[in-house]
Amino acid sequence: MKILQAFILALKSLSTSKIRSFLTMLGIIIGVAAVIVLVSLVNGMSQDMVSTFESMGTNLISVSIRGRGGNRRVSAEDMQQLVEDNPDYIGAMSPNVSISGTVKYESENLSTTCVGVNEYYGDINNHDVQVGRSIAYMDVESRQRNCVLGTYQVNELFDGQNPIGETVKINGYSFQVVGVLEEKQNGEEGGSDDTVLIPYTVAQKLGGGFTISSYNFSAASKDTVDQAVAVIENYLLKVYSNSNAYNVYNQAEAVEQVNELMGTMTLVLVGVAGISLLVGGIGIMNIMLVSVTERTREIGIRKSLGATPFDIKSQFVVEAITTSGIGGVIGILFGILAAWATTFAGMTVSISALAVVIAFSVSVVIGVTFGYFPAKKASKLNPIEALRYD
Amino acid sequence: MAEQKQVAPVGERIIELTDIYKIYSDGDSEVRALDGVSLAIDRGEFVAIVGASGSGKSTCMNIVGCLDIPTKGSYMLHGTDVSTMGDYELARVRNKELGFVFQQYNLIPKLNLLENVELPLVYRGLAPEERKRRAMEALERVGLAQRYQKFPSQLSGGQQQRVSIARALAGTPPVILADEPTGALDSKTGKDVLEFLKTLHKDGTTIVLITHDNSIAEQIPRVVRLQDGKILSDVVKEAAVG
Ligand SMILES: Nc1ncnc2c1ncn2[C@@H]1O[C@H](COP(=O)(O)OP(=O)(O)O)[C@@H](O)[C@H]1O
Ligand SMILES: [Mg+2]
Repeated sequence: MKILQAFILALKSLSTSKIRSFLTMLGIIIGVAAVIVLVSLVNGMSQDMVSTFESMGTNLISVSIRGRGGNRRVSAEDMQQLVEDNPDYIGAMSPNVSISGTVKYESENLSTTCVGVNEYYGDINNHDVQVGRSIAYMDVESRQRNCVLGTYQVNELFDGQNPIGETVKINGYSFQVVGVLEEKQNGEEGGSDDTVLIPYTVAQKLGGGFTISSYNFSAASKDTVDQAVAVIENYLLKVYSNSNAYNVYNQAEAVEQVNELMGTMTLVLVGVAGISLLVGGIGIMNIMLVSVTERTREIGIRKSLGATPFDIKSQFVVEAITTSGIGGVIGILFGILAAWATTFAGMTVSISALAVVIAFSVSVVIGVTFGYFPAKKASKLNPIEALRYD
Repeated sequence: MAEQKQVAPVGERIIELTDIYKIYSDGDSEVRALDGVSLAIDRGEFVAIVGASGSGKSTCMNIVGCLDIPTKGSYMLHGTDVSTMGDYELARVRNKELGFVFQQYNLIPKLNLLENVELPLVYRGLAPEERKRRAMEALERVGLAQRYQKFPSQLSGGQQQRVSIARALAGTPPVILADEPTGALDSKTGKDVLEFLKTLHKDGTTIVLITHDNSIAEQIPRVVRLQDGKILSDVVKEAAVG
């Protein structure tokens, strides 16, 4: 009951000097808003990245080979052999030959990344076709210039019409469209829908016959990812006898790394925002100390009328909490608004309810902590000295 | 639920100062604001404390009002030694046993009249409706009930003093302490305030009034004269009573 009284009193007292109250709150507002915006941004970023990785399939194991010069090398056939030798662990393998190129249909041009793959691409990458067919064994064997387009290309070059059977030109060579990949990211540019698949044997030829430096494997199941990675690493170590010559990693690991990185980032950013909150708290303490001095006489009057030390203390603590609490609420609104506004800048944000709750609690705790000392000081004033104060 | 204003009959010893000293030392010089004061006041008395400026009147009243602590000496209030009371007990005593009227009114500027008068009742923990009812009653008695939403700065000095009397009354304390309540008022309004205090006294409230105005002191049944922190005389004029 008395606390409610103190709260009303605090609001009254704050409203008598609105500008000062607002300036006092500013530190808290900025701190809380910063916590919310930053956490939401990092959250959004990490969700984005994780979902990208996960859409690629968590069984996916990527192998990139730098080689060591000399004549030690592995071929697509060696890799295929590895799959056949370890059917318990490894599900499938596809070379991954990226070449940048231009796709042309009639008068329209699109620069894009073409990926040379084999018939296992869809299984490994969780990426089926929605129309037509995938790159097939025969395409690879007989170096057929067939291609599978992503929905981005279909939208841009064919206005979304069915392109099966049409002929496009990739880097000047004619290719026949045999399929369209399933849409995963709304047909956006640069994502997994902006992909042109061709047989890897053809890609190698287009690129000038270089050695394949990138392979994708799928583990036989989620549970055999670690063993599959070990088998592949063992094999490559045998070939190159140097673990720097190649790199094997899987999506699960990558997701973990992203999460870890984002966690660290969140901590750093929250730390920075925390400093702002701390500064805000010191601002509150400063103003509360001034306010106690200014209101010395009022404190004396209240004491002469029977206010206990607790009454006086709670009056000032509640005032500090009210200041920081209102600051916290404004900061939350501001932070959510700002986080939401960044979505227009094309960023993914995910507002974390936990961040909101924590930011608000922290601001209230700051009010208590930094309000307590001035309040204690006020409650200890000698009534007659306080009454005499001018 | 009417509060019991008088627990004991008139004549009960309510305030008893014995050999009170209040000494302010400032480096090597010291000021004896009170220099061995002994004073007993019974329930229902109306006592004027007079004396020149600086004679120790306010110091004496602040000690009686539990706002200040004597350097030496004992103060019994209702038979309880005040020096044994803690902060919370002192707050309770100021809240329930005593009502103050100050020369400078000491109203809180940002609170309206009703809120000012309510304050002692707030600290007593009364429910809002009860608080409001009693505060309005007190404002009624000083004739300012219609203006309860005004702020102190919107009133004249005499009116502000009446509000501060209403505030002292609202808690219906058995003792009212008034430190030169007419000091800042013109003689007409000062007279009104004095008449009001007389009425309160007739109703049974014990009143200690500080004044340096002899014409006021003459109208009070008992006059205690201070000089340099000592009691010079303590005269009871039977004739002036009633
Ligand atoms: N806080 C203080 N510090 C030092 N001296 C004080 C203080 N308060 C009062 N005095 C001195 O004590 C004496 C009595 O003061 P006071 O009780 O206010 O007198 P009165 O009310 O009769 O005018 C004066 O000499 C005054 O200067
Ligand atoms: Mg005085």
